[in-house]
Amino acid sequence: MSTDITTPDTPDRESIEGTILRSYWRSNLYLMGMLLVVWAFVGLGCGVVWADYLNQWELPGTGYPLGFWFAQQGSILTFVLLILVYAILMNRLDKRHHEERDTLLPKEERGEESYTGEGI
Amino acid sequence: MTVQIWTYLFVGLTFALYLGIAWWSRVRDTQGFYVAGRGVPAAANGMATAADWMSAASFISMAGLISTMGYAGGVYLMGWTGGFVLLSLLLAPYLRKFGHFTVPDFVGDRYDSKVARIIAVLCALFVSFTYVAGQMRGVGVVFSRFLEVDVTVGVVIGMMIVFIYATLGGMKGITWTQVAQYWVLITAFMIPAIAISIKLTGTIMPQAGLGSELVGESVSLLSKLDGIQKEFGFGPYTEPFVGKWDKMNVFLVTLALMVGTAGLPHVIVRFYTVKTPRSARWSGFWALFFIAGLYLTAPAVAGFARYYMLESLNGTTEEQLPGWFHNWEQTGLILWYDNGDGQLRYSGGDDNEIFRAGSIGSAELSHISRDHQLWIDSKGLEGSDARALLSAKGLSGPDRDIIVLATPEMAELSNWIIAFVAAGGLAAALSTASGLLLVISSSVAHDLYYKVLNPRASEQKRLLVGRATIGVAVIVAGLFGIYPPAFVGQVVAFAFGLAAASFFPAIVLGIFWKRVGMIPAIAGMLSGIGLTAFYIIGTVFFGMEKWTLGLTAQGIDPQGIGAIGMFLNFAVTMILTPLFPAPEKRIQSLVDKVREPEGWSPPVDIEAGPEH
Repeated sequence: MSTDITTPDTPDRESIEGTILRSYWRSNLYLMGMLLVVWAFVGLGCGVVWADYLNQWELPGTGYPLGFWFAQQGSILTFVLLILVYAILMNRLDKRHHEERDTLLPKEERGEESYTGEGI
Repeated sequence: MTVQIWTYLFVGLTFALYLGIAWWSRVRDTQGFYVAGRGVPAAANGMATAADWMSAASFISMAGLISTMGYAGGVYLMGWTGGFVLLSLLLAPYLRKFGHFTVPDFVGDRYDSKVARIIAVLCALFVSFTYVAGQMRGVGVVFSRFLEVDVTVGVVIGMMIVFIYATLGGMKGITWTQVAQYWVLITAFMIPAIAISIKLTGTIMPQAGLGSELVGESVSLLSKLDGIQKEFGFGPYTEPFVGKWDKMNVFLVTLALMVGTAGLPHVIVRFYTVKTPRSARWSGFWALFFIAGLYLTAPAVAGFARYYMLESLNGTTEEQLPGWFHNWEQTGLILWYDNGDGQLRYSGGDDNEIFRAGSIGSAELSHISRDHQLWIDSKGLEGSDARALLSAKGLSGPDRDIIVLATPEMAELSNWIIAFVAAGGLAAALSTASGLLLVISSSVAHDLYYKVLNPRASEQKRLLVGRATIGVAVIVAGLFGIYPPAFVGQVVAFAFGLAAASFFPAIVLGIFWKRVGMIPAIAGMLSGIGLTAFYIIGTVFFGMEKWTLGLTAQGIDPQGIGAIGMFLNFAVTMILTPLFPAPEKRIQSLVDKVREPEGWSPPVDIEAGPEH
């Protein structure tokens, strides 16, 4: 699949861009969904719904009852990690899809500046 | 040197620093004024967002709230940080790609409707004013205790400082000032926390200290605290669902705070100030990272202060009372009305002797004290028992604001540290106030004046209106600080509920469901706002019976109703959507653009052009 694509006519270009964009949006939704599941599980689940049950144990090596720890420490630590993972993976996803477009549709054809990740 | 001289020194130095930054970063156009020319690096923007977010309430009141609520105080910790996850994942990068100035801009353009825009503007204004009022009160508390000036003088000084740097530098000035304010407030919060942690548990990190054993004892601080709490008639500190909220209410309040945080206009607008969506993601991370610095420490301060207070006050006599108690007694934040045995008792039962003045004026308070003294001297024959009077008014226990502000004195730290905490409290209040004033200014000058009233206004004129609005808003906020309306505390719950029930569903559906049109969105927002406003006004101000909705026998707390309002907004919008036409092609392609990877096609930023 190379000769048609390096000299694309308009509908072809659009369909290729459309495919890339659809796969980008799907990966985006998948990543977001997974992270939100963790968010709800730890924050609302361990911190609230199961807090009384979890309180029968202590966080190993400390005097924190486990449910109390999730409500006042663990959930916050998890939230910071979630956003970190999101930033790293999403920026990587952006980059991968730009590279994909650059391979399939060289930028001279598009007449635009290529993606640098800096500024708009 | 005395605490007061140190305080003057620190407050003077930090204020000079803020003004210097404002002068250095003054701006001349609306781009710089509203979104700092979109030239703020992600980490700096994260710090500014953190300072913006951490208000006087987070700095001064939150640890105190946790201290009295124990486990249930976690709703504020989880709610206010968990909201950042929603904000960073669901809203920030898309709103940044959309590339306008304000939240009402997105709502107005996405749903192609002036009505939607105006609803959003009104919500933004209400939320911001509610918040600003609280900040100005914080400034007043700090000034009156530490500088011993009149609250009015303190608020006026604070107003002038905010006015100068907000009008001079706009968002740019505010952002860089907030970076400085972040460091002032986090240092001021950490130093006493570390000192008291070393003192009680011998651990440097307060977060680890809270889970450690007490110095010289083989029992952990938390289990000892649980025991003491039970001994004095309070619920155990770490036990969930023993206080005023059952599990369902804790769940709803947490959810409402989370979603409300994500919908707060002054936080969302921070993500417009960065260069790219890529840095919008990074600044979301940095913001929560820097916020976590304070939010992970606050529960430790809360636990330490609780332990200290119960241990050091109970059973002492007038002569044995620590010095900090007398200092704070003068402010009315903590009061002792003895039962006649000369020994202090702070408990959760009827024999409690520790109270706060709340909104009782000083004349009335001295009258109450006189009557109480008479009551003791006459052994109950004359005068009246202040304890019964104050506990009937719901004023049992010390004011929550005292916990953070008096902790350094409790731990007997040096005078300069005590003074530095005052500067930290001011930094927290001023940074949030300035961010909110800018939202108010942009709502009025940009969304109302330019977008609705006078679309042909020149750049110069819009900047002038923006600056003038800040001036008016500062004065209104200052008046709230000098004459605090008694309902401020209750209205803050309203601010979160309203943000949760209005903006959040409208923005999320606007991004993730192309099919949603104008009418379903407006109907959803109105029903969400309507339900939330009706319930809060009804239960808080008119004594309406709380609803159970089959969820909790206890009745839904007004602070948690925002979560229900949000579900209603989502439901109404989603049910109506298939019945109404989809939005125009133009709007649909706008949504498509917002969903693209960054830099995929030229940005949709129509405001950036010089002709606008």
